[in-house]
Amino acid sequence: MATVGESRITYDARGLAEPDAAVPMISTIEGEKAEFDAKELTTRQINLELRWLLYEQRVKDVTVLNPSAKHSLGVGILTRCRLTFVGSLGYFGLGLIDGPEVHVGGRVGWSVCENMMSGVVVIDGNAGSLTGAAIRGGDLVVKGQVGARTGIDQKGGTIIVLGSAGSMTGFMMQRGRMIILGDVGPGLGDSMYDGTIYVGGKVKALGIDCVPGEWTDADSELVERKFGIYGLGSPPELQKFVCGKQLYNYDVLEPSERKLVL
Amino acid sequence: MCGIAGVIYRNGSRAVGRDMTRMLQSMKHRGPDSTGYALYGPVTELVIMRYTLADANDPRDFEFAERLRRSNREVEARLAELGAEIVESEQETEYAFRLAFRYDGELKTIADFVEDIPRCEVLSLGRSLEIVKDLGDAESVAHQYRLDGFEGTHAIGHVRMATESDVDISGAHPYWAYPFSDVAVVHNGQLTNYWQWKRRLERAGHRFQSMCDSEIIAVYLAEKLANGSSFEEAMRESLDDLDGVFTYIAVTADALGVAKDEMAAKPLVLYEGDDLVALASEEIAIRAILDREIDTYDPYEREVLVWQR
Repeated sequence: MATVGESRITYDARGLAEPDAAVPMISTIEGEKAEFDAKELTTRQINLELRWLLYEQRVKDVTVLNPSAKHSLGVGILTRCRLTFVGSLGYFGLGLIDGPEVHVGGRVGWSVCENMMSGVVVIDGNAGSLTGAAIRGGDLVVKGQVGARTGIDQKGGTIIVLGSAGSMTGFMMQRGRMIILGDVGPGLGDSMYDGTIYVGGKVKALGIDCVPGEWTDADSELVERKFGIYGLGSPPELQKFVCGKQLYNYDVLEPSERKLVL
Repeated sequence: MCGIAGVIYRNGSRAVGRDMTRMLQSMKHRGPDSTGYALYGPVTELVIMRYTLADANDPRDFEFAERLRRSNREVEARLAELGAEIVESEQETEYAFRLAFRYDGELKTIADFVEDIPRCEVLSLGRSLEIVKDLGDAESVAHQYRLDGFEGTHAIGHVRMATESDVDISGAHPYWAYPFSDVAVVHNGQLTNYWQWKRRLERAGHRFQSMCDSEIIAVYLAEKLANGSSFEEAMRESLDDLDGVFTYIAVTADALGVAKDEMAAKPLVLYEGDDLVALASEEIAIRAILDREIDTYDPYEREVLVWQR
């Protein structure tokens, strides 16, 4: 029981409050490599263990067994390192990372790599909606399918999807590249500002202000290079889509000037 | 936010009450206000009716317990008046009850006659379906209603973060598709043409027990089924008729289906195995009942998927 004047957290709606969580320190460490089993650990304990290994034990290569689709794993890792998740991640995994090379052996939930700054993330399975939302740099490779709104607000980097993508892919994209080898749902590149989207399959419908772009040697060079890096073989024939820049926000005329034009 | 879940076993019955509790408890963070279950046991010759005579939040005045006793006697009397023979009678909580009875007539007549008693709400009525819902998380509701021992073939469940209506039992999911027996719905999202459909369905003679927009889906499906649509057709038509963002799971005595709106703005993760199909707002819910590595995926926009037993 809490005594008078003592504050105590009794309930947290998200079920995530772990104010007293300590680093589990359960990893097997061998030189610059470490491995630990996350099956019985909470999200906070897993992330504390990762940080302890990477920042305090100077480990460079961590393998996490049984992540069990827990949410928010590996978020905010800001150092060059190698992470391997043997299994699946839940929502919001690997957000805000800057530098790591990550391999996820299973699938990931919504919003993986949100705001990723740099590094490489390779996902063997499917990914949920909002994959790579607002990423600013690095490469994100999904070998399965992705959900809706992949690369929403993308500001840089490259997203590669070997399967199909859902609706509103590249919604409000600002910069960077996206390569989708499968089909894409309706609203591709809706309201995009800039950036390039390559699609190998069928496009259900283009979004507002998304138009076919002219293929150049630079496009071929980029796609071939990325396919080479990730061992994806020869790239298939792709369609290119860019911003048409016809939306109202590209109209630079003042109201008085517009009157004169009209 | 809310969390929804469903499970259907491909062969036979299993501890579906326990499985659904595990799924829902793992998504407690998506909605701590209330938890609800629609559980399907083996089809019986008896009609099973679950009902409440007060809400969990109702003020307890001196008359409260006596009023509920009177109301429950009235429920049983009205069933007898309609020719039903009560076989089992259980009081689950001070305000929630379960009756099993023999009855060959129209179930709508029963529901209407019983709900005419003040504060009485029929949660479910059918030969397989049992809806249980109350305030609190899954473990507390399962404990209160002793759901761990419930054996069945399929189930859906819901954890609620109330946004469109009050935190009470009538606002909790699942919703029974009155007056269709054995049909229920759980929903994650918001319907923006709620009033339009509510007025339209009320004019068609349907009753609403809550101010929750999700109830529309259950009643909408009931209307479509009454007009001859199949379960899957009704769900497909809902994609055009319902406006807003939604992912919902609907169930009948022998099928479970999911529908996702064209924005695909509400999550759903799906696992199809040899032994069962499980789906939930978050993968951790599916993993709560499967202790092995699994391959899951998210259905796309405007998808309707139905699994038949």
